[in-house]
Amino acid sequence: MDPATRRVQAADRQWRRAELIQRVAFALLFIATLLVALASVLVMGLILIRGAPWLSWEFLTTMPARGMRAGGIFPAIVGTLELIGLTVVFALPMGVAAAIYLTEYARDNWMNRFIRLAIVNLSGVPSVVYGLFGLGLFVIFCRFGTSLLAGALTLAIMTLPVIITASEEALRSVPQSFREVSHSLGASRWQTVRHAVLPFAVPGIMTGTILGISRAAGETAPILFTVAAFYVPRLPHSVFDQAMALPYHLYVLSTQIPNIPQAHRYGTALVLLLLVLSLNVLAVVLRARFRRKRQW
Amino acid sequence: MVVTARVATAQIDVQDWSVWYGAVPALRAVNLDIRPREILGIIGPAQSGKTSFLQSLNRMTELVPAFRCAGRITLDGKDLYRDFDSQDVRYRIGMVFALPLPLPLSIRENVTYGPRLRGERTRTRLEELTERSLRAASLWEEAKDRLDRPAMTLSGGQQQRLCIARTLAMEPEIVLFDEPCSGLDPISTAKVEDTMVQLKSRYTIVLVTNNTKQAARVSDRVAFFLMGELVELDRTDVIFTAPRDPRTNDYVTGRVG
Ligand SMILES: Nc1ncnc2c1ncn2[C@@H]1O[C@H](COP(=O)(O)OP(=O)(O)O)[C@@H](O)[C@H]1O
Ligand SMILES: [Mg+2]
Repeated sequence: MDPATRRVQAADRQWRRAELIQRVAFALLFIATLLVALASVLVMGLILIRGAPWLSWEFLTTMPARGMRAGGIFPAIVGTLELIGLTVVFALPMGVAAAIYLTEYARDNWMNRFIRLAIVNLSGVPSVVYGLFGLGLFVIFCRFGTSLLAGALTLAIMTLPVIITASEEALRSVPQSFREVSHSLGASRWQTVRHAVLPFAVPGIMTGTILGISRAAGETAPILFTVAAFYVPRLPHSVFDQAMALPYHLYVLSTQIPNIPQAHRYGTALVLLLLVLSLNVLAVVLRARFRRKRQW
Repeated sequence: MVVTARVATAQIDVQDWSVWYGAVPALRAVNLDIRPREILGIIGPAQSGKTSFLQSLNRMTELVPAFRCAGRITLDGKDLYRDFDSQDVRYRIGMVFALPLPLPLSIRENVTYGPRLRGERTRTRLEELTERSLRAASLWEEAKDRLDRPAMTLSGGQQQRLCIARTLAMEPEIVLFDEPCSGLDPISTAKVEDTMVQLKSRYTIVLVTNNTKQAARVSDRVAFFLMGELVELDRTDVIFTAPRDPRTNDYVTGRVG
């Protein structure tokens, strides 16, 4: 065999080898992805199949009955929705304000680096720690008691890092030239933020906020010590009242109440799941819509 | 329609003006004057400090954190950096950027951006301003039926004229142009040049251009910048036919830069 042919054969072998490795890697990655998808489909499928038959208008709109073994989960749904609303009220302005400070005003000095680091760390704190923090600060120290207010503030703090990070990203994605144009037209720094930056960051901020809230809405630990009631026979009248909430209610049904129909638990889980999922879908749809409408 | 008869009278004097970004010098001791209602062309190769000079005039350079300066720029004898508020300076000395940069708002909202932020709320006044500015920027006929459509629906050349209108709506005395045609085709360029020449009757114009022919076509006087220095400033015909400095001659005859 002459050297040229040998070189060609060697190159050919190498190429085949590379192709094989590529295929194996591809297959492994695909299987990994499939497993993740499978897990999520299994969880949701199971809850859907077992919970869906239990869903009814009555289940959604009536108070629990017979020691919560029957009746509906109305107060838990209302409590969770109220918590979501209040959390947004507290977390959104503060989160957006912080993001504006960090992107539009803060210089690169040690204090601002420290603030950034603190925010990053905040998002790594386990949710039960938020719960205990809320208990200490809002329930006991601020004397809000176990209340919607204390719970929403706790959830707000937990949601803040998500909102701040998403808002920062949204603000940064607004082209620098918009700021320059605005300044060149005699605008102050704040006017520039208000009129040439913030309006174009709103979609990103909304998406981030909804995702953050949807995570918070499903958490049990932060509300466990700060707001959640085992059972209250009436809806909360003020922000200083305790409230039932879906995640905690589900926990109670699953662990504290014997002899309860399985479907009642699955139905509750399904409602919680649907609530969180629809928030996520809303976020995704919003993002897609604004992406398409974006003009720069 | 009321056409205000206000014409620019402001005189700018630049004395020993130097600019640094951090430790990097961008302008070295520049001395020149800008006269009312002239078109002062500024030419020079890239990185020669043209933009730094232009943005020194409306204090946009201050937005760069590392900006440092020395020397003095006066507007009618008053120190631009000491005796004025930076917002007022930018209001009196408008600027048009190299690329058409409309904000993603409607045509009308773009034009009235400056006045609205200044607190102008009167509808009729804003409408009058919109029409007058768009006319002055030669865009009125093309845009009058679509004022509330997004500015991004205009062509590139139209967008640049919209940016001119937006600057004029602040009723500045002096308008700075930074290579305003660098992104435009020849026809749009001709329109923008016509607009500038028309504006000269009322406004003082400083035009930075990377196109020496353009400077020759529209300027009254031309300044040649090289590596942060003002090499020569003279009447346009002198610069292009009998410059004093050989470096100017090399540049305008196309031998360098
Ligand atoms: N924002 C900035 N930060 C740091 N250096 C800058 C900045 N703008 C300009 N420079 C520097 O200043 C010098 C002059 O630039 P510039 O004024 O933009 O010149 P020109 O407009 O003639 O191209 C260049 O060396 C450039 O790198
Ligand atoms: Mg430049």
